[in-house]
Amino acid sequence: MAGAQSKRRLVLGFAATAAAMFGFGYLLVPLYAVFCRVTGFNQVGGADAVASTVAPEMSRTVTMQFDSNVRDDLPWAFRPLQSSIAVHPGQLVQVAFEASNSSDRAIIGQAVASYAPQGASAYVRKVQCFCFSTQTLAPHEVRRMPVLFMIDPSLPKEVSTLTLSYTFFYVGASASPLGRGT
Amino acid sequence: MQALPKQTAEPSTHQARGLVRWLTSTNHKEIGTLYLCFSVAMFLVGGIMALLIRAELFEPGLQFLRPELFNQLTTLHGLIMVFGAVMPALVGFANWQLPMMLGASDMAFPRLNNFSFWLLPPAALLLVTSFLAPGGAAAAGWTLYAPLSVQMGPGMDMTIFAIHLLGISSILGAINIVVTILKCRAPGMRLMKMPMFAWTWLATGFLLIAVMPVLAADVTMLLTDRHFGTHFFNPAGGGDPVLWQHIFWFFGHPEVYILILPAFGMISAVIPTFSRKPLFGYHSMVMATMLIAIVSFLVWGHHMFTVGMGLGAQLFFMYATLLVAVPTGVKIFNWLGTMWEGSLSFETPMLFAVGFIFVFLVGGVTGVMCAMAAVDVQLQDSYYVVAHFHYTMVAGALFAIFAATYYWLPKWTGHMYDETLGKWHFWLSIVFFNMTFFVMFFLGIAGMPRRIPDYPLQFADFNMIASIGAAGFGLTQLLFLYIVLKCVRGGKPATAQVWDGAVGLEWTLPSPAPKHTFLTPPVIE
Repeated sequence: MAGAQSKRRLVLGFAATAAAMFGFGYLLVPLYAVFCRVTGFNQVGGADAVASTVAPEMSRTVTMQFDSNVRDDLPWAFRPLQSSIAVHPGQLVQVAFEASNSSDRAIIGQAVASYAPQGASAYVRKVQCFCFSTQTLAPHEVRRMPVLFMIDPSLPKEVSTLTLSYTFFYVGASASPLGRGT
Repeated sequence: MQALPKQTAEPSTHQARGLVRWLTSTNHKEIGTLYLCFSVAMFLVGGIMALLIRAELFEPGLQFLRPELFNQLTTLHGLIMVFGAVMPALVGFANWQLPMMLGASDMAFPRLNNFSFWLLPPAALLLVTSFLAPGGAAAAGWTLYAPLSVQMGPGMDMTIFAIHLLGISSILGAINIVVTILKCRAPGMRLMKMPMFAWTWLATGFLLIAVMPVLAADVTMLLTDRHFGTHFFNPAGGGDPVLWQHIFWFFGHPEVYILILPAFGMISAVIPTFSRKPLFGYHSMVMATMLIAIVSFLVWGHHMFTVGMGLGAQLFFMYATLLVAVPTGVKIFNWLGTMWEGSLSFETPMLFAVGFIFVFLVGGVTGVMCAMAAVDVQLQDSYYVVAHFHYTMVAGALFAIFAATYYWLPKWTGHMYDETLGKWHFWLSIVFFNMTFFVMFFLGIAGMPRRIPDYPLQFADFNMIASIGAAGFGLTQLLFLYIVLKCVRGGKPATAQVWDGAVGLEWTLPSPAPKHTFLTPPVIE
């Protein structure tokens, strides 16, 4: 019968559509990337990464000072291994800090960075830092921790000295990682 | 083989009994009943989860639930209500009503119809029993955002398989409904003569066929990410968690219109009957339905304004979303135009329909606020969003389903329901609904995040009000269950037309509608 045949054609068409849409779901994976690359539709500013093309500004030198603090309830000693260095903007630099746990228990701490002068944080591009995650120190453990950073060449000319300061906060005893101190 | 049913094509009188009857039924009315019973059962399961959530949120602090279980409950509440309660209810109505409204003898593919229903109970079983899996049920929210959903226990796999089953069921059901609408109408039932319910289901059917497979692809990627070493959503392997959101919401936004469009069709049937006037602006209603369906593909990004989207994309999605308010507004004004100078009477279906317009409008207008990209940054993932989508889904889809149930129940059972109790059901529902969800707008603007089992003290009073409202709303639905069961068992006999303002083919049939109807296509002048 003609009716049954046209129904069958229709249902095959819909089944094919459904199958094609399943494939389209997978096609969306490259499609979004291609669409955004071709149209430039979704440019969310520049990434915070260090561009490999940045050339160090050898003519200019900035003094970078380091400072460290520990909150009272954290029985740690914490100090920078260099109090200040001279850096060219655009140059990738590595410095190190040292923390030691003077207590008899394992403790989790978290470092928080602050900068002087105010607003300098926009120009200190940290690539790697111990402050990106919590640090767990075993009893009496001493640990050297690196910071890899670059000073952005767009730093205003009149700024010749920057200070990077870390404060270590008590997070908890490491036996219960979810425990909240203070 | 039923293209031109003649009197000789009388179905056999053989009737299986008991469970076998329901397992093997290919009758659209019986399958419709199955869908609706399944939906009620899931509505109760999802409702109990909601009440547990509200019990935990009654006071600040952790009282009854571990946070992990709380997250599982919010996740499963969403999944079960969307895929287990509202969608099957809408398909149940399509099964019962579309053949009767269009003058067809049954759905286009009765056996497929049976199959698409019986896929649902195993899916529901998978979802509910996933609580017993190690690590419990899925707890990443009903949106199953990666990378959290990549990391969870086997409960997530059960959810993924349940979604596959539900998706297949929906696609098959949608194909059946669309073919029925396109090919099985009685001679003379031209497309532009169809009831709005058929039009809205036509649009919904197309949406389902287009987007359910995309969800299936999305959860399949999730499954292979979890077990087969792909990295669609894992940045460590070159994937992107935000990709999950893009694909999910490409499905998800059409999905919310899938839930609401048939509800629009139901309201478009109820309001003219109790206004005793034809639907105002039928053509614009059809156009608005199609426009909503098309635009729904272009607005998924408004769920993701805060993922770090560029300004151009934010503006595009914002304007496209605001555009949805235009056809929706057309519908609201057409309903008001239908009521204008009509001979109104307010039986329970009409109460729910008018209540629907009021509360859905609240849901729609707050949706416009959420659509503003700049405002949404504050509202994203707060209780404001929870209130907004419950105003559209509960007060929208669910109230329309209630209206349609009271409207067509006499036709199905042959008895009138208890009008007094029906009115009680409406008034208690609308009061408790608003008590539950209106305060959530304030909570959301004040910054209370969703999906967290605890909250600061300043949110305590509003949360207490919401929890009391939720308990009242939940208990009120037991009244609904009682009214329906009472109506099934007996009551004042219903006439064929049931409502004196009712117009349409289904009202030319006797009440209760016999098992087989329109074996000979009706004559439409």
